[in-house]
Amino acid sequence: MDSRPAANAPYRLPPRQFDARCKACWLGAGVVLLVTASFWTLDLQWGAFVSPEAARAMGRFLGEFFPPDLSAPFLRKVGAATLETLAMSALGTLLAAIGGLALALPASRTHAGDRAAARGPTRLLLNALRSIPELVWAALLLISAGLGPFAGTLALALHTTGVLGRLFAEAIENAAPGPAFALRTQGVPSGRVLLYATLPQIVPQLMSYTLCRWENNIRAAAVLGVVGAGGLGQLLAFHMGLFHMGKTATIIGAMLVLVALVDAMSFAARRWLTR
Amino acid sequence: MAAPPCPQRDPAWVGRVSWLLFGGVLLWPALVATEFRPWVLLDADSLGPTSRFLGSFFPPALGGEFLALVARETWRTVAIATAGIALGLLIALPLTLLSTRVLSVSALSGRMATGPALLRHALRGALVVLRSIPELVWALVFVRVVGLGPTSGVLAIALTYGGMLGKVYSEILESADTHASATLLRHGSSRLQAFFYGVLPGNAAELTSYTVYRWECAIRSSVVLGFVGAGGLGQQMDSSMKMFNGGEVATMLLVFMGLVALADHASAWLRRALG
Repeated sequence: MDSRPAANAPYRLPPRQFDARCKACWLGAGVVLLVTASFWTLDLQWGAFVSPEAARAMGRFLGEFFPPDLSAPFLRKVGAATLETLAMSALGTLLAAIGGLALALPASRTHAGDRAAARGPTRLLLNALRSIPELVWAALLLISAGLGPFAGTLALALHTTGVLGRLFAEAIENAAPGPAFALRTQGVPSGRVLLYATLPQIVPQLMSYTLCRWENNIRAAAVLGVVGAGGLGQLLAFHMGLFHMGKTATIIGAMLVLVALVDAMSFAARRWLTR
Repeated sequence: MAAPPCPQRDPAWVGRVSWLLFGGVLLWPALVATEFRPWVLLDADSLGPTSRFLGSFFPPALGGEFLALVARETWRTVAIATAGIALGLLIALPLTLLSTRVLSVSALSGRMATGPALLRHALRGALVVLRSIPELVWALVFVRVVGLGPTSGVLAIALTYGGMLGKVYSEILESADTHASATLLRHGSSRLQAFFYGVLPGNAAELTSYTVYRWECAIRSSVVLGFVGAGGLGQQMDSSMKMFNGGEVATMLLVFMGLVALADHASAWLRRALG
């Protein structure tokens, strides 16, 4: 048989643009359907924004934000709440780092012969801690810790424990196995293997995860208070509830400054560390 | 050759102890500021209500009517997130097109002209402001204007996520290869043509996958927004918590964790499919 290719390449039609195997088309159709259904089923009150009287009401409302309350006693109060926010985030992150490390040890398989019986249940616990947002934790904790920054701190600590525990467990499992193996073959007990072989390798990584979460937690702590868990958020919810719009404007300004400062500092720190 | 005598005492103990003391000194004000009193949790006043509340978690509420309510509110939560992201895209896309350096004609030959550079910086600033006001604060403000309900949640997510998406989109576009778009612009194609034929094909997958990731985050935050009255699962959870109805809270927490896990998997699958 002659196996040379035909003189004219067989004429092939380009694939049809829309056929049943076009993944992008199905995806696009699904997105359009989801968005349409979302707008359809939510009874959105656009009337509150588009009618002229609504626009006037909106303008009046925004006008009340000015002038912001900049009297010295109120600024002192906002400053104290800002410090409280910072303290909540720092302490919550510290507790979470400790708790995360404590949970990461049972949640990781350190070597091939490790049965790691607690790995599954601990990971389930970490996932549960992580999947409930800080604010929901705070609302739940108000019952046992009472109103105030303590509930917020614990809420941050619980959620962040879930996040950090999982990251720490990954770090422990991904550490280079050589040093630990060398110690284990000499009969060193597993606690010391962790302290002298695994941890020294991963401490920089753990520190950078913790600092990254701290940055995140400052932002979270600023708003956490709206359910009554301390910091700037509690002040915001209080004054907004009483329609003290000038004071509200000051507090929102303080939040913006805090977030901007944290952003700038983390940017500078990253640049300094990676220089 | 004799080995040097092994030091009996840690040679670095001065440094370690002083850092520990320094940390303690820093920690003390944080403990005071956050009213850190763990023994409050074990107080009879708090232990009683807590154990009653936790005890009422079992069994979770599984009545048919209640489950229908939860299903409706869960859909509303997803719908608020989807509608918010859709409106956020309406904010983000024009701002991205206007603020990205890739589509600047004057930047093709040396420095960007002053006017366009100023405009781009101003728009960048607007995106940063939109992004740095937390969505919870937007929601609090809008609840005051339009009243309780999903409208304020949709708007809050739209504004915050519009800022986030716009900022990240323009970063993605700028970090990509600009050869094709620059060539198109040099040969006289319009900016939109350069965008659609030079920029978008290379970046579409990354842009879409970031959007999907943000949608997942928006679902989480739309639950949180419910706590300030923006509708959905969060609002139901808040009212059940205020009535100390542990069974309903337990059901909704489980549903919420399932929803987050589902969104997590859906978004991971979509992002993998996008490659």
